[in-house]
Amino acid sequence: MIHSLFSGDGPRSRPLAILLVLILVCLAFGPFLFSGTRAFAMLGTICIFIIVVASYDLMLGYTHIVSFAHTMFFGIGAYGVAMAMAAWGNSIGAIFGGLAAALLLSLALALLLGLLSLRVKAIFFALVTLAVAFAFLNLVNQLYHVTGGEDGLRVTVPRVLGPAYRLVEGSVPGFSIDTFIASLGLGLGEAAREAAFQVRVTGRVVMYYVAFTSAVLVFLLLLRLVNSPFGRVLQAIRENEFRAEALGYRTVFYRTAIVMLAAALATLAGALFALFNRYVNPENTLNFELMVFILLMCVIGGMGTLYGAVVGVAVFLLAQNYLQDVLRGLSHLVGEGWLQELLAPEHWLLWFGLLFVLSVYFFPKGIVGQLRAVAARRRTARAQG
Amino acid sequence: MNAISSPGARKRSPWQALRGMSADRPHVFLLLLVTLLPLALMPWSTWLVLTLSGMAMGAMLFLMASGMSLTFGLMSVLNLAHGAFISVGAFVGASLLIYGLSEWSHNPSLWINLAAVLPAFALAALVAALLGVVFERLVIRPVYGDHLKQILVTVGGAIVIFQLIEVIWGPREIPVPRPEALRGALVFGGIALEKYRVAAVVLGVGLYALLLWVIERTRLGILIRAGVESREMVEIHGYRIGLLFLAVFAAGSALAGLGGAMWGLYREIITPHMGDELMISVIVVIILGGLGSVRGCFYGAMLVGLVNLYVGYLEPRLAAVATVGLMVAVLMWRPQGLIPVIKV
Repeated sequence: MIHSLFSGDGPRSRPLAILLVLILVCLAFGPFLFSGTRAFAMLGTICIFIIVVASYDLMLGYTHIVSFAHTMFFGIGAYGVAMAMAAWGNSIGAIFGGLAAALLLSLALALLLGLLSLRVKAIFFALVTLAVAFAFLNLVNQLYHVTGGEDGLRVTVPRVLGPAYRLVEGSVPGFSIDTFIASLGLGLGEAAREAAFQVRVTGRVVMYYVAFTSAVLVFLLLLRLVNSPFGRVLQAIRENEFRAEALGYRTVFYRTAIVMLAAALATLAGALFALFNRYVNPENTLNFELMVFILLMCVIGGMGTLYGAVVGVAVFLLAQNYLQDVLRGLSHLVGEGWLQELLAPEHWLLWFGLLFVLSVYFFPKGIVGQLRAVAARRRTARAQG
Repeated sequence: MNAISSPGARKRSPWQALRGMSADRPHVFLLLLVTLLPLALMPWSTWLVLTLSGMAMGAMLFLMASGMSLTFGLMSVLNLAHGAFISVGAFVGASLLIYGLSEWSHNPSLWINLAAVLPAFALAALVAALLGVVFERLVIRPVYGDHLKQILVTVGGAIVIFQLIEVIWGPREIPVPRPEALRGALVFGGIALEKYRVAAVVLGVGLYALLLWVIERTRLGILIRAGVESREMVEIHGYRIGLLFLAVFAAGSALAGLGGAMWGLYREIITPHMGDELMISVIVVIILGGLGSVRGCFYGAMLVGLVNLYVGYLEPRLAAVATVGLMVAVLMWRPQGLIPVIKV
């Protein structure tokens, strides 16, 4: 059963399987395992970005197409829903109406981009998408009477998804892992008592589970896709485009199709983001920096594995949230001087960039690829000995 | 086609001449079209001022873009950290001007001003070139021939350089006052032409002429053009193309730094991430011109500068979108760019 659920493409490494189960458990019971709004927001963001990065991996890892317009499609989804709800009121119908319009726009733009630049060469695609995404960001900033400009739009969600709604009367007991670990010094029993907290199952939690379910479904669907004959053709194009074409596959068709599919999924993720975050602006949906982050997440997790998307998103968002705390601690240790300047928490990206460049050289297959390589080596060693 | 452009067919109607020109010399055709069309939409004195400003912007964009275009043409290396070199040049140039030579910069004499500005530009170019050499050796050398990895490591490298700029100069924007003699405008019959823009056009066109001379008339240029055509052939003849590439990369970075320093004085304000924003225009320029072509790069830069200024005057909100629109239109017309040198 599990074999067919994963389309015969399992983690293939025990540490990786354990890591993935850990992430799955944390996400599945997230609202009941972590207390506080910061943790809740991060869990939701992880679910949504798994969709974004997995669909990006479809292009980057499986077909070697570098696109810088993924945030544009993400933003179209987010703004589509936000603008539809501003225009038609906060009904479920407005959500789907906005999503449908956004999907149409995304697919049309992706088709145009694909036909424009994929017939020349993949490297062109990176440059053209970069320019087009910038023009789109500029347009959103300029047309402030519909998009809110740099201030963005606040999304009033339907009551079912809002904080005032109660799915269950009263509250449900939860167990906060972070509090538990923080108060371990008090002894096990005391820490367990400290960690127990009450969760109110509001519409926000309902929205979280909508995002979580979507992420799981999209992930399994993509796993199915890349292990289908269609996915094999994509990998053939990646490995040797000339040969794939000689075998009779129309590579332009496959490339354009995958760009459109990735665009549609990014749009869906954008819509979920608008509903979960309830606030969209150019900075949190369209920025170039966000695009680079998506690229980093995909590469760090491991390109062309899909599991890498899950691991990459989790690792990157944890680093973004907690690397700054680590740096703050370190900069207190070293004292005044230029070293402290370098270790300042606002420069966490400097260290992350360095780590990224080094990891491209030494671990080009990312965390997942590395774990799989170790497991494969161990398997052959066992088979021989 | 042949019948039209052959010398036998002397009597050509203007329409045929235009058709022939759009096929033979698309860059001149498009530049004329873009320059003359706005004449119908605005008074000619405004048009003149905008054209000069557009050419000034184009000249600076040309400096920034030519290096990236050449490195791509010669070694098929896509350097997305080029924008970071632009920022570095701007900050180095501005620092020398503000902290080192501010006395000379405030002097009303043009010659003393130039003695402050030219060393600042030279230092900006030098530091960017040195950074380029280090960057090429450390970051790009290990990933030759792999476009995907080039994109990844240069994006990562750009993040690191931008962060280092923020560490050294702080994240805020820094105002860069122009030297006394380069402020203000020259007035001819009621038309005010800003002095700095005239200077930028002169410097940019001069450097374009120099680059063309180097590439078309010198031995070094022959090697570069041969390297663009076929890298192996140059290597077989015993030339060390690795060194040649390093030199071109350093020169390209120096031009980016120079362009950044000039841009800083043009806008009179610099921010660490100015390179990121300019990078978009640079990319539009090299796609428009055709990757690897210096001449195409010049025409592309002029087109982008002019369209930016004309559209900015007619409808300010659409200025950035218009240049990308121009790029999309040109790609539909000629997928390889205006003057393709290498087949991609």
